[in-house]
Amino acid sequence: MSIVGAVTEPHAYLRSQTRWRPVELAFWLATLLPYVLFPDYLVLASAIAITALFALSLDLILGYAGIVSLGHAAFFGLGAYTAGLAAKHGWGEPISGLALGGLVAGIVGYGASLIVARFRHLALIMITLGMGLLLEQAANSASWLTGGADGLQGVKMWPIFDVFRFDLYGKTAYGYSLGVLFIVFLVARRLINSPFGLSLRGIRENALRMPALGAPSRAHIRKIYTIAAVIAGFAGALLAQTTETVSLEAFGFQRSADVLVILILGGTGRLYGGLVGAIIFMVARDQFSGNTPQFWYFWIGILLVAVVMFLPNGVLGGLARLGALLRGRAP
Amino acid sequence: MRKTLIGLAALAAAALAAPAANAQGTIKIGVILPYSGQFADTGIQLDNGIKLYMKEHGDMVAGKKIEIIRKDVGGIAPDVAKRLAQELIVRDKVDILAGFALTPNALAAGDVSAEAKKFMVVMNAATSIITTKSPYMARTSLTTPQLNETFGAWAATKGGVKKLYTMVSDFGPGHDAEQAFQRGFKDAGGEIVGSVRFPVANPDFSAFVQRAKDLNPEGIYVWIPGGAQPAAIQKALAERGMDSSKIKIFGQGELTIEDALKSTGDTAVGTITVFHYDPNHDSALNRAFVKGMNEMANRNPDIFSVGGYDGMHLIYEALKKTNGNADGEALITAAKGMKWESPRGPVAIDPETRDIIQTVYIRRVEKVDGNLVNVEFDKVENVKDPVKARMKTN
Repeated sequence: MSIVGAVTEPHAYLRSQTRWRPVELAFWLATLLPYVLFPDYLVLASAIAITALFALSLDLILGYAGIVSLGHAAFFGLGAYTAGLAAKHGWGEPISGLALGGLVAGIVGYGASLIVARFRHLALIMITLGMGLLLEQAANSASWLTGGADGLQGVKMWPIFDVFRFDLYGKTAYGYSLGVLFIVFLVARRLINSPFGLSLRGIRENALRMPALGAPSRAHIRKIYTIAAVIAGFAGALLAQTTETVSLEAFGFQRSADVLVILILGGTGRLYGGLVGAIIFMVARDQFSGNTPQFWYFWIGILLVAVVMFLPNGVLGGLARLGALLRGRAP
Repeated sequence: MRKTLIGLAALAAAALAAPAANAQGTIKIGVILPYSGQFADTGIQLDNGIKLYMKEHGDMVAGKKIEIIRKDVGGIAPDVAKRLAQELIVRDKVDILAGFALTPNALAAGDVSAEAKKFMVVMNAATSIITTKSPYMARTSLTTPQLNETFGAWAATKGGVKKLYTMVSDFGPGHDAEQAFQRGFKDAGGEIVGSVRFPVANPDFSAFVQRAKDLNPEGIYVWIPGGAQPAAIQKALAERGMDSSKIKIFGQGELTIEDALKSTGDTAVGTITVFHYDPNHDSALNRAFVKGMNEMANRNPDIFSVGGYDGMHLIYEALKKTNGNADGEALITAAKGMKWESPRGPVAIDPETRDIIQTVYIRRVEKVDGNLVNVEFDKVENVKDPVKARMKTN
């Protein structure tokens, strides 16, 4: 679906991509099912929606622009602490807290993008990893502000629109997380199916050649990196608000690594990759760890090895290939 | 692509459809612990305490069957701990929350206990404020100030030192220990000549020990989280001529915990530490506890095991008192003021703070039959958490 060659007229191609396919509508309608079918699982569903949002953010830079990152949790953590601190110091309004979390992550993300845009591949891994670790240590040292290793205490959220209180069953939390995910997804979808999105894919394939075609690589990378940072900040803020907790682990390497795994599992460079990956990873984790709390990582490991061995483009990539095969055989 | 997405949604749906029945006459306890990751051993040792208690006392209490549902929190992850606590209550319909090895996780789950009005037993996490999070929460482990403030006062009086240097790990628990020890020490007339905080994952202590040596203190207080560090710090002290044969080395029990002593060697002899439990504690109950644990899990119990064991005791006895009523209010009322004999000695639940009251032991590392052991040579009885005692008076 990301192959452009077949169509000659780029605008026609982009228009064909922006059209909503029935499967997409079905997917988004299905996200409402937990309310009816599994009301006991809304807390998990909310965590999945937040993880999916975070994975979507990584997909924009990794899947589309080819920017490898092992420290994406840096922006997640910034969003989480910003929203958490705002709520702690008397401003518990969720929507503005969310916006603030995205803003702070975006500002830092823009600063970081000035460095990130100058490097590719291995160097990027080191730089992003370092940024994540730096922020984690900074948050640990500033325990007067962040609560250090004990986590931020006293985060109290106000009800959304003064009506919907964050409840034990996660009804509000899931609706809120899902709403934000959907809106951000719409924006990301529009962005990817624009000329800007096309040139990002060009940068991924050949960053040196793109300027020759009139698309400034570094400027584009700075833009998309900042946008991705904002989205990661939203995801962090959502987690802080829906769980009313923030800890150093929000910046942690584990979180950066998990989201990378989730994206690879689902399929990079496909808007739904992070979403599907998050569903599979979190549901598998919930089920495996419920059955064998000590050894569930074993099953997750098997799952990951199997996916990368047999489905090198993730679950969605594998399914797309399967679909193409079927169509090829029976036209 | 289309079919696959629908298929995936259906798959996820099928996987989620788990049973959620709550049989009459069953009391469910949701245990949240780190069973994987770097704190896995803590979780497993604590869980061993739970298992041993249930092995010895059966799974029937006051006519109800006790069922344990275990959840892996994977490490320091308050958001996950809170979600698991919510899921346990909403989905699995548990009556009691238990476990909690790590402070941030216990704090986050405390909110859930308060909102759902469920009895919650913290079996390890040691930061003082945890129990203030929910009026339905009790703790059967320790608080860091309970040990260290007591120890500070002891060091300045019976310990016979007036000028100390303190060295702690630079994160929450280390800061707590530093504050508590210095407070106890100064209040009893001692003087802190200097202090340093080193990084949590610090491999080499030479520079820090040298800095301490330059100030010429009568002793050094150390707080480290265990692992490979006890051996490293003892080595650095010995190299600088600061080991416990020359000056006094104080610390919380992790510094000379059983596993650590295997790697420190004889340089640790004479180190004075404070703790609330040691497998060598001399009592009939503890001997039986150690024997039972060795038979069941083939290893010695530690402070985590005793926290889990006593936590289960508290749950069982509270249920007996309420006649099987698992209501949060009824259980916490039953738990308040409860006294019992633990493998660590006499313990009680403070009726005001719901925190544990216990004996704090002062121990010295000695060589007994060729093995290094922590020998208890002094103790302070009936110690309450000093932080919450102050909160009340202020």
